[in-house]
Amino acid sequence: MTPAAPSTTSDAAGLRLADVRITLDGRPLVAADHAIAPGEVLTVMGPSGSGKSTLLAFIGGFLDPAFTAHGRIWCAGRDITDEPPQARHAGLLFQDPLLFPHMSVGGNLVFALPQHVRPVARRKERAAEALADVGLAGFFDRDPDTLSGGQKARVALARVLVSEPAFMLLDEPFSKLDAGLRAQIRRLVFDRARAMRLPVLLVTHDQADADAACGVTIHVAPPEGCEGSGA
Amino acid sequence: MGARGERQRHLRFGRLRFGRLRPGRLMLRLAPPLALIVLAVPLAFGVLGTVLPALGYLPALGGTRLTLAPFAELLAQPGIVRSSIQALLIGLATTAVSLVLVAGFVCAWYGTRAFAFIQHLVSPLLAVPHAAAAFGFAFMIAPSGYLARLVSPWATGWERPPDWLIVNDPAGLALIAGLVLKEVPFLLLVTLAALPQVPATRAQELSQSLGYGLLAGFMFTVWPALYRQIRLAVFAVIAYASANVDVAIILGPTTPETLPVRLVGWMNDPDLSMRFMACAGAVLQIGVTATAIAIWVAMERAMHILAERVCETGRRFRRDGAMRMLAGAAMTVQALLVFGGLAILALWSVSGLWQFPDALPANLSLRSWKQSLPVLAGPLATTIIVGVAATAISLAIALACLQRENETGRTGGNRALALVYLPLLVPQIGFLFGLQLLLVAADADANWAALIGAHVIFVLPYVFLSLSAPWRAYDRRYEAIAAALGATTGRIFWRVRLPMLTRAVLAASAVGFAVSVGQYLPTLLVGAGRFPTITTEAVALGSGGNRRVIGVYAFLQMMLPFIGFVLAGLVPALLFRNRRAIRGV
Repeated sequence: MTPAAPSTTSDAAGLRLADVRITLDGRPLVAADHAIAPGEVLTVMGPSGSGKSTLLAFIGGFLDPAFTAHGRIWCAGRDITDEPPQARHAGLLFQDPLLFPHMSVGGNLVFALPQHVRPVARRKERAAEALADVGLAGFFDRDPDTLSGGQKARVALARVLVSEPAFMLLDEPFSKLDAGLRAQIRRLVFDRARAMRLPVLLVTHDQADADAACGVTIHVAPPEGCEGSGA
Repeated sequence: MGARGERQRHLRFGRLRFGRLRPGRLMLRLAPPLALIVLAVPLAFGVLGTVLPALGYLPALGGTRLTLAPFAELLAQPGIVRSSIQALLIGLATTAVSLVLVAGFVCAWYGTRAFAFIQHLVSPLLAVPHAAAAFGFAFMIAPSGYLARLVSPWATGWERPPDWLIVNDPAGLALIAGLVLKEVPFLLLVTLAALPQVPATRAQELSQSLGYGLLAGFMFTVWPALYRQIRLAVFAVIAYASANVDVAIILGPTTPETLPVRLVGWMNDPDLSMRFMACAGAVLQIGVTATAIAIWVAMERAMHILAERVCETGRRFRRDGAMRMLAGAAMTVQALLVFGGLAILALWSVSGLWQFPDALPANLSLRSWKQSLPVLAGPLATTIIVGVAATAISLAIALACLQRENETGRTGGNRALALVYLPLLVPQIGFLFGLQLLLVAADADANWAALIGAHVIFVLPYVFLSLSAPWRAYDRRYEAIAAALGATTGRIFWRVRLPMLTRAVLAASAVGFAVSVGQYLPTLLVGAGRFPTITTEAVALGSGGNRRVIGVYAFLQMMLPFIGFVLAGLVPALLFRNRRAIRGV
């Protein structure tokens, strides 16, 4: 499968990494020059410590100052490289669901809803709908800590989706789920992303994730490694 | 491995960055300099304000020439050398005994169920004010105290208390024991906080599989790294014990008194010219404490060499059962002594007739409470107002500093830590005398602001130290998610980080309040005696006073911090009663 035709114009839809290179103390860590079309998945594979999550942090706007990054990030024709994280609308999923423990399940979603959804009653309604969407109708008032691992993963997904993200950044989001659940959640995430026509960047070290993504895979070399091709 | 993963996670998800400078931002930016001003400036001016009068310069009292006369006068005081050496030895002995107790216990019992149990037994003692603990201890060990009553007359034959000088003994043994009771919980908690930063469990398993006994294995492999982490706290114990006033008034020798007690007496003497000599004495006190720390550092070297020699022999010390029992028993006994003392205090406050050698009072009565309450109300209100205000200010500064650190990624490292510890490392007398003189000169003493400010100097370090660990351990990915969801930094702070750290914030507040309640010298000096608190009133009663009245004051003094800790536990439990992960209990 070929990637969405690398566009020469910057106003193409989707997420485009234009000659992105990240270095730590002058040592190259990770490089990528790719366009991810809406609804498509770019998988970044590599062992832990290889800097693949660093790439994700750069795109999300959280890169630690210890790193140096070159290149530009374009989202739906807009250069977001210098935008604060709040303006990028990245949809983040980590290997831990990281539900805010002091809020209810529904409160987590309401917190994520954009401000233009009003009034409060409507916001709660939207959150409840989103929960129903991931098979968790009636879970609004539950304490996140009382949910099972699969349920927490679904809430985390619903929370990202209601925030109306422009693209998704997935940091090994399935690695802590057990095997049966993993396939199920993985399908759910990819289905929703495709349905909402979101470009997805997936970071993983699990080949099954890459296979299920049905997209382009780039490999990142291990930190001191001499083998493996850097994108 | 865990530490490395932690570091990597933090590296990948760096701090949020900001564009414009808004008022909130500006406040955060000013927080670290503000902390510096609150801690270091009074310290620097206080020391200066002490040193100048010690050299004869204090225009307000007619001293305009630099002279060594105050020192000459000081050295002419009877028993001044004895008082100084005693303060030095008390500081070293208290620290050595406390550290041996804590090290022995941690090394012998780490990782066992008994460790967790005794840890929970000892931890609450940190909140007990020094004076209350000292009174309780005095009520236990005095010739007419509870321990003597328990064994009299059936074992001792005593029908009246023996004429022994146990409390206020000339060698200061009771004082050392009383200080140890309070320093052990402090050192233990500092050690417990440092434990996660060293690979204790794996080192313990390793040394045991190499054949070492539990105690020796831990002592050789883990303790050195652990000690490096708690070294500043150990120095703080030396400084505190060598210059302590309140416990020394209650338990210490009387003829002569220890150096710090004599100094406070001179400082408060109606004869104002005594101020010069008092300041010279405060400089001497700084020297005594500095000497004690220097001797301690030399002892560290010696112990290090000794431990290496023993380690090199390869002896395994397998048969350490007796030593371990001793270490555990010592820890338990010291905790029970404090708890027992506090119970006796409470009992005395409601006792009617209670003659020696009866183990229990003949009847109970609320008379002491009824008599004391009208007099108590003022000091009680002062204690609470100052405690709450100093804690709130300290908390705001600590939070702002930590949030600033969170955003810039600069922790300030060891220098910042040393700054935070600074007010705990300089003997209080060394700068409070000068601070008081400066405030008097500026006509700014004996008001609420000065008093609360003086308390902040001592409350802020404890609030900062207890808040910084949970604050830095916070999983920053929560903030990344909130930011990606569009939350502003202000919203992330107020809606995500702060609520998730509610328990830590309240626990730090309870610690801060307890520290403020226990403050004796700053209240006495900066308040110029016009702001009596429960603590100053209790210490003024001395150990020779009416036991029922002492019981009332000391009981109240101990209850205030206790209530603070109960609230700190209850509030999050109620606030988050439906949120299992952060509810706590």
